[in-house]
Amino acid sequence: MHVVRPLIFVWAALMSLLALTIAASFALTGPLSLVTSMGVATVKAVLVYWFFMHLREEGGLIRLAAIAGIAWLMIFFFLALADYATRSSS
Amino acid sequence: MTSDHMVDAASHPAQPGIAETAEERVSYLRAGHTLGSWLFTSDHKRIAILYFISVTFFFFVGGAAATLMRADLLTPQADLLSDEGYNRAFTLHGVIMVWFFLIPSIPNTFGNFLVPLMIGARDLAFPRLNLLSWYIYMLGGLFTIYVLIAGGVDTGWTFYTPLSSMFANGNVVLAATAVFIVGFSSILTGLNFIVTIHKLRAPGMTWGRLPLFIWSLYATSLILVLATPILSVTLALIAAERLFGIGVFNPSLGGDPLLYQHLFWFYSHPAVYIMVLPALGVVSELVAAAARKPVFGYQFVAGSSIAIAAIGFLVWGHHMFVAGQSAYASAIFSFLSLAVAVPSGIKVYNWTATLYKGQISLDPPFLFAMSFIGLFVVGGLTGVILAMLAVDVHVHDTYFVVAHFHYIMVGGTVSAYFGALHYWWPKIIGRRYSLAWGRLSAALIFLGFNLTFFPQFLLGYLGMPRRYHVYPPEFQVLHVLSTAGASILGVAYLLPFTYLFYSMRYGKPAGANPWEATGLEWSIPSPPPKHNFAERPTVTRAPYDYTIEYEESDD
Ligand code: HEM
Ligand SMILES: [Cu+2]
Repeated sequence: MHVVRPLIFVWAALMSLLALTIAASFALTGPLSLVTSMGVATVKAVLVYWFFMHLREEGGLIRLAAIAGIAWLMIFFFLALADYATRSSS
Repeated sequence: MTSDHMVDAASHPAQPGIAETAEERVSYLRAGHTLGSWLFTSDHKRIAILYFISVTFFFFVGGAAATLMRADLLTPQADLLSDEGYNRAFTLHGVIMVWFFLIPSIPNTFGNFLVPLMIGARDLAFPRLNLLSWYIYMLGGLFTIYVLIAGGVDTGWTFYTPLSSMFANGNVVLAATAVFIVGFSSILTGLNFIVTIHKLRAPGMTWGRLPLFIWSLYATSLILVLATPILSVTLALIAAERLFGIGVFNPSLGGDPLLYQHLFWFYSHPAVYIMVLPALGVVSELVAAAARKPVFGYQFVAGSSIAIAAIGFLVWGHHMFVAGQSAYASAIFSFLSLAVAVPSGIKVYNWTATLYKGQISLDPPFLFAMSFIGLFVVGGLTGVILAMLAVDVHVHDTYFVVAHFHYIMVGGTVSAYFGALHYWWPKIIGRRYSLAWGRLSAALIFLGFNLTFFPQFLLGYLGMPRRYHVYPPEFQVLHVLSTAGASILGVAYLLPFTYLFYSMRYGKPAGANPWEATGLEWSIPSPPPKHNFAERPTVTRAPYDYTIEYEESDD
């Protein structure tokens, strides 16, 4: 049971975060809505990584490998945005 | 029945040639004679040979396409191929050379063979996954052969949208599928190498004692694992747009055509380092063995491999300077592209310092290493020139670019491939080959290469665009020179296969360490026994600890 309990807590947390996302999509508009839903999504992803994917129990090397995927996605977004955010509209 | 017959013929003492040696009898080469014992092997050494045969095959298929193109370019008119045929020839040439030769070339042949031997292990961490990666490679290869027979594709190896989406003709989907499939073979190999290098090193084989070839393969594997999935996703997005009308790249569906180029080069610039990093590792080994000295600045040469792998991910936009990317982004990518040349420069300086005052051997492997260094410097420096924003506007999409990347990928990587072949052949096969013929092919390859590709720098600078087969008559002289060089190069590439093949039967037994080199792979018999090491080796010495014999000199 003590193995399952944290998982149920995490699942419940994910569900309430989902509720938060849905609520925010009605309550907020514009950039604020984007920031909120991205923020909530990040928290969800961290929970999944940490508990469901067992990174909590792993050593530094495995954690590093897991982070690498996200980090590389960030590199892509960051440098691609250097183009998209500064392109002239003409 | 046939296999029994072959065994008899091979071990029969009355046959001409040099009789089987005691080492050969217990080697991996004789551990099973049936076709099945090769096709279902999980021995990394045999898988290396399977890969060697297949990538060499594709090297010559890709070479055939190049031959057609060079023949067509002899005159300013189109005489051999139609416009469409020419487009299809350069596309297949690129697709085959990049994904079916260059990327797997050194890692999957020499890497597969040497990683366990160099770190003192019995095999890779996942031997069956290793075999699976070869089957996936072959499946992708079959798709490619099918595309070839079915008439080809005309998008160029880059599959740029909208050529591959709205205006596609030919077998774009099949060709992209072939590349998609072969990507998984790369990922499995990268994963296997990373785990093996982390987990299976012999006692005493610390990170600071790893051979530099292993460091470079480790860096390569990181790129294979981190970059290849991006290519798979990108090709899948093309499919999603074509099949389901999801707007990703097509502006009329709300997509952005440049997004394709961002995604493609986010994979493909790192991929050019997949192609050259293993070659840099080979050259570090060859330079140390040629100079008989420890590699100058070992930590820097090792670290620069990792630096290249990391910085290589930050420069992709240099392929898009004139494609409509924002000027601000171009400036950032230009700066980062200059930065990636620094670790490559470190390697070249350190090799030179290693050779300085060494007793340099001029045996074939080392001649290949020397020509690598020269050609890699030209290729790298012209890369820096191309990374300058203003210059690139002039030479983008001309033969200057073609010359740049052929100096690195052909002058560099293919020379290193042949260097590795000449260096480790006696280990792999257990026989010596003719050094004189080896020196001759190294020299011919160097000459033929420069005659083929140096004129292309001039052509590009003068304004000859790439991917055209009809051109103004004033360019003809340089094109004829280039085709003449290509003919020499073609013959020179075939030459080693004759005397190496001959040595399998008539060569003298090589002995364990014909070059008197350091490294665990030279401490076991040639060819290696099935399980590599009779007992687990323990490493107690620094890498490349040659006793230095300086040349006589005054200072
Ligand atoms: C010193 C590091 C390097 C720099 C700064 C560099 C820079 C560049 C630049 C700016 C271009 C774009 C030129 C244009 O299209 O106008 C280019 C093209 C290219 N480079 Fe490099 N390069 C470097 C190393 C390499 C290496 C190591 C390889 C291969 C192993 C390579 C392979 C290529 C290829 C294949 C292309 C052309 C791609 C295409 O459009 O088909 N480069 N390089
Ligand atoms: Cu690039």
